[in-house]
Amino acid sequence: MTALVPLVVLVPLLGAALTLVVGRRPRPQRVIAIGALVIELIIGIVLLIHVDQVAPLVMEVGGWQAPFGIVLVVDRLAALMIVVSSIVLLAVLVFSVGQGLADGDEETPVSIYNPTYLILTTGVMVAFIAGDLFNLYVGFEILLVSSYVLITLGGTESRIRAGVTYVVVSLLSSLLFLASIAMIYGALGTVTIAQIAQRIDELPVDVQILLHVMLLVAFGIKAAVFPLSFWLPDSYPTAPAPVTAAFAGLLTKIGVYAIIRVETVIFPGPELNPALMVLALLTMVVGALGAVAQADIKRILSFTLVSHIGYMILGVALGTVEGTAAAIFYIVHHIVVQTTLFLAAGLIEREAGSTSITRIGGLLASAPVVAALFFIPALNLGGIPPFSGFLGKLGLFQAAAQQGDALAYALIGAGALVSLLTLYALIRVWNLAFWRSADAVEGDESRLLRSVEEAPMSTSTVSGARTTPRLMTLSTAGMVAVGVALTVFAGPVYGVASRAGENLDGPGAYIQMVFPLSSEGGELE
Amino acid sequence: MTVSLVLIVIMSAMYACAVYLLLERSLTRVLLGFLLAGNATNLLILIMVGEAGIAPIFDESIDPAEYTDPLPQALILTAIVITFAVSAFLLALIYRSWRLANADDFSDDADDLALRDGAVVIEAEETLPEASTTDFPLEREEPR
Repeated sequence: MTALVPLVVLVPLLGAALTLVVGRRPRPQRVIAIGALVIELIIGIVLLIHVDQVAPLVMEVGGWQAPFGIVLVVDRLAALMIVVSSIVLLAVLVFSVGQGLADGDEETPVSIYNPTYLILTTGVMVAFIAGDLFNLYVGFEILLVSSYVLITLGGTESRIRAGVTYVVVSLLSSLLFLASIAMIYGALGTVTIAQIAQRIDELPVDVQILLHVMLLVAFGIKAAVFPLSFWLPDSYPTAPAPVTAAFAGLLTKIGVYAIIRVETVIFPGPELNPALMVLALLTMVVGALGAVAQADIKRILSFTLVSHIGYMILGVALGTVEGTAAAIFYIVHHIVVQTTLFLAAGLIEREAGSTSITRIGGLLASAPVVAALFFIPALNLGGIPPFSGFLGKLGLFQAAAQQGDALAYALIGAGALVSLLTLYALIRVWNLAFWRSADAVEGDESRLLRSVEEAPMSTSTVSGARTTPRLMTLSTAGMVAVGVALTVFAGPVYGVASRAGENLDGPGAYIQMVFPLSSEGGELE
Repeated sequence: MTVSLVLIVIMSAMYACAVYLLLERSLTRVLLGFLLAGNATNLLILIMVGEAGIAPIFDESIDPAEYTDPLPQALILTAIVITFAVSAFLLALIYRSWRLANADDFSDDADDLALRDGAVVIEAEETLPEASTTDFPLEREEPR
């Protein structure tokens, strides 16, 4: 079974190499890319079942024992993330293939989209299964560099501008991460996560907090936690629709994933939990208020993305098993739903020629399928029962209530308010883009909208409506189905999430996994 | 752990210059700032080696404590490669930005400007970058 662990990384990487080799022939390139992700998904499912039923998998690369060699660790959390990411990446790839087929990408000489996309997948997977901090850094860099290429795809002026914000901010967070790795190595003499967890108590408390804060800032930028979130709504909306969908679903969650690892394995102590809770509250509220003020669907969705990161941070900040489990379920739910919404926004852009809600209307009549594909995940994100968004928020609120101090109750209140605000922002999209008749668009006199009407994003009108390829609709429908399935099968998924949360109750289980021979907490050397 | 003070001073100076450059609007300077910050971080990893010893080539007769710690150097090598790739990409980005706008400075987000000015309509305005904020020649030229 351990043989499957490196395959998680190797399959997309080899796929990327093969797609480069056949770079001039789009058809085999598409087949290889989709094939690689299907294999990835199958491996992920097998790993998840094995890890959940039998035991976590630890692979010592090259046979070098930890802590001397590199370890790849697949526990429940990692396996769950691998499965969800594979589903999302596959759906987005099918969506972009549909878009490319319709737009006549056949004529372009060399396609770099598919290889870059597969390398992005590789980076994501490395980050999930990395057993030492430096490997995690390398995983981040792989996915970031390919995301730089994808976000500036085509090199138009607006994308270059958005790309520069994204690249510079990401570079800063990477440098911070690297610097904190250096400090941790200097303080503890190791970069293996399990060994760091063993040794961290030997450090003075102030040094511990310094290292803790450095890691949190580095990951907080990637996860777009307030006040480090302002780059996100600035840079995501200009990228091509499928790229934005994949980024919005996955990249920020990898930051959250890293924060979970930091909070549960490396620094399980409660010192910074109140601070994190305040940040979670601010992330939720500021993001939701931003979403309400926007007039472009992609920007609205970017702001709701930021605001919902706050929910996950809330779960992590509670520092309890229930909180971590709820956060893990919420991550799964949010990856699926946010990607679906961005794919639906891509469909809207295609049908209506724009994503500005001041300029489009009457979509319910002209494109009822798109309307349905937008409406279901919108309700899901807003947390309407019985959808998974409601279940995730319920789990988080229960965990917070169990902790029961004033701050936790404040967060519950803010969380409920923010889910209403999210719903308001999305229903506004629904009312204007879908519900009102197309005739009402001209001479629209809403004061609230006039103030943002001339915002530059709203001028990005694409010429005329085009036919929407069936493949794009199908993949979006598939993602909506996954979202609904997450509601129907919420029991088993939440079960995996809770067991994953129990695994992460303190560093003991993780250390035991990587160093099975040593007694718990004991030094290996 | 014994650490060389000189290295720390150099590293701090590099970080300080890097922060200054990263806050500039000219993208070329941002790139230079990034290179400085990247190398300062590499230096930080090197500082974490502690006191330098002899080259870590295994020999049974040598006490392990006398070797220089080789791991940080491996980390630095990886970091250098990544920095190199990213700066190549940044250069391409800057060149593209210059071809498109004949300027390498980073413009304000139009949405932010709209927010600041109470959402008045912003005329698209072409201004030459000031000589003090750009590292490119200032001849006005139609972007191709």
